[in-house]
Amino acid sequence: MAVLTPELRAEAERIKARYPAGRERSAIMPLLYLVQSVEGRVTQDGLREVASLLGITTAEVEAVAGFYTMIRLRPTGRYVVSVCTNLACALRGARGVLEAARRTAGVPTDGELSEDGLFTVHEEECLAACDAAPVVAVNFANYDRMTEATVSELIEALRRGEEPPPARGPFPGDFRLVSRLLAGVPESVGAGAPEATATAEEPLR
Amino acid sequence: MSEPVRILTGRWREPDTVWIDRYLETGGYEGLRRALAMSPQEVIEVVKASGLRGRGGAGFPTGVKWSFVPQDTGKPTYLVVNFDESEPGTFNNRELVERDPHQFLEGAIIAAYAVQSHTAFIYCRGEFLWPGRILERVVAEAYDRGFLGRDILGSGYDLEVVIHRGAGAYICGEETALLSSLEGYRGQPRLRPPFPAVEGLYASPTLINNVETLSNVPHILVNGPEWFRGFGPEKSPGTKLFSVSGKVERPGNYEAPMGTPARVVIEEMAGGVLGGKRLKAWTPGGSSTPFLTAEHLDVGLDFESIQAAGSLLGTGAIMVCDETDCMVEVTRRLLQFYAHESCGKCTPCREGTWWVVRVLGRIEAGAGRPEDLPLLDDQCTNMLFRGFCALVDGAVSPMSSSLAYFRDEYEAHVREHRCPVTGRGPGLVAEQGAREEAPAATTVPSWADLAEELG
Repeated sequence: MAVLTPELRAEAERIKARYPAGRERSAIMPLLYLVQSVEGRVTQDGLREVASLLGITTAEVEAVAGFYTMIRLRPTGRYVVSVCTNLACALRGARGVLEAARRTAGVPTDGELSEDGLFTVHEEECLAACDAAPVVAVNFANYDRMTEATVSELIEALRRGEEPPPARGPFPGDFRLVSRLLAGVPESVGAGAPEATATAEEPLR
Repeated sequence: MSEPVRILTGRWREPDTVWIDRYLETGGYEGLRRALAMSPQEVIEVVKASGLRGRGGAGFPTGVKWSFVPQDTGKPTYLVVNFDESEPGTFNNRELVERDPHQFLEGAIIAAYAVQSHTAFIYCRGEFLWPGRILERVVAEAYDRGFLGRDILGSGYDLEVVIHRGAGAYICGEETALLSSLEGYRGQPRLRPPFPAVEGLYASPTLINNVETLSNVPHILVNGPEWFRGFGPEKSPGTKLFSVSGKVERPGNYEAPMGTPARVVIEEMAGGVLGGKRLKAWTPGGSSTPFLTAEHLDVGLDFESIQAAGSLLGTGAIMVCDETDCMVEVTRRLLQFYAHESCGKCTPCREGTWWVVRVLGRIEAGAGRPEDLPLLDDQCTNMLFRGFCALVDGAVSPMSSSLAYFRDEYEAHVREHRCPVTGRGPGLVAEQGAREEAPAATTVPSWADLAEELG
């Protein structure tokens, strides 16, 4: 079954055209993000579609997709909550933050989906924001200096449908929209894309 | 306190320097204008003369790297900017892009001109959602103002820039793995030689530079190599942006001349150890560089001095542990990172990191055996330099150095079945025969389970 709409297939062709002629395979990651932006993860249908776009086998696409943690092959929540527990965050209490996040979101097993379908909680490696340890990212937007209390509040706010402002940049939207941004495609492209989030003109901290 | 030097961070305290108007008002793109008035070879000579060395970890002289890119192959030449910053403890590239992104972009255009590349890729770490969006906008701004695209500033030189986002893999910061990833494959390193300069992206000549390295380039073109050599020691000139984190009062990125004593960066700039505690261990350049201790605080932070002290400058990421931190736990957590990030290509790395984590976990949980320490030594020997790339060497660094400096702490874990620093662990109960079954009472339950499993 086709995953991409005709409009998104046209976008897929533009993604391929970013790379030199004959080197379209380089587009595999943005194309996987594009498929993920429709499916909320990447299914076998999505892998097949990327394979057909690139003229390679589904197995080759799956081999690449399985290597990268940001391409999600398992059922995934609307919000992917990544809790860094690497050293700089661990030294500042990340273990407790991770446990609180898992408890509040209802995701006892790493990388799995909460029963309400809202959250995936994932123990993350260094997010390169160690000055703000412990760091938690929601759909790859960072929240700084988290505690067990503030991470629980963050998750409760998301559950209520709020959009808590990240430390830098705008609230990124749900996992599908974020995947669209990661594909390098403007969020306005494609049917069903949520309301545009703020632009890059947002002030920095 | 020493006078702060601000080259790379010169614009950080001014408002709105992210976008192009303020960048131009503050001298931006002057380096590019000067470069385009010179021949590519002259630009390479200027950068060579500056003594600039790569800031991504290896410290290879940048101008020399540029000069290795051949010009007569009949193939296209590529520039790849490595913005896959993932070395634990490192966050200087991210802040450079968030606060002054045109600075490195200008450096990238100069580098591309010097090696006569007409296509540049910026490999942006996937998790860097916001920095990546900044990049999209600044690249568009540079096109709009004629700093990218066709006939840049009327020079006849053309350059296209493509932003390519990664998808979560530490190994893609290794340059040959980055190239595999950019070509659309699993991010696995390749054998060198051939080096990327000769046979890199799409088997064509490729220059790969890190964001901090490139951020220095416009300043060198504007102020000259002699000015640049006025900062830092002769063999490691310039300044460095040190990422300080862990148990310090003011974690953050601090710019200081190369060779600045670690004590100045940790105690003066970052405010010293959190809560006035005693410093126990620190990394000079991320988790892949061997730990140093309080005895090394007067060592200068430059490539040669740190190496002489038994470690590596790496990315300049200083992670500080204090006297209350258990070095077995710290080391186990770092090794867990390497086990997770090993690409799986080489057996000593894939299997070695996995097993080391288990042995360290056993010791941490209070179930260590006397023979575990020699076992760890042996594992270090059998991993070091036994992989295609440096990931496995990076994994050995924290392990072998913590074993060297804190061996008594490991031994006490094994002897007392608990951590001598935190008091955690099953303690003497284990010694009275229960050890074979269930050394359970630890704050890290998974490791207790593991200890049970491994006996």
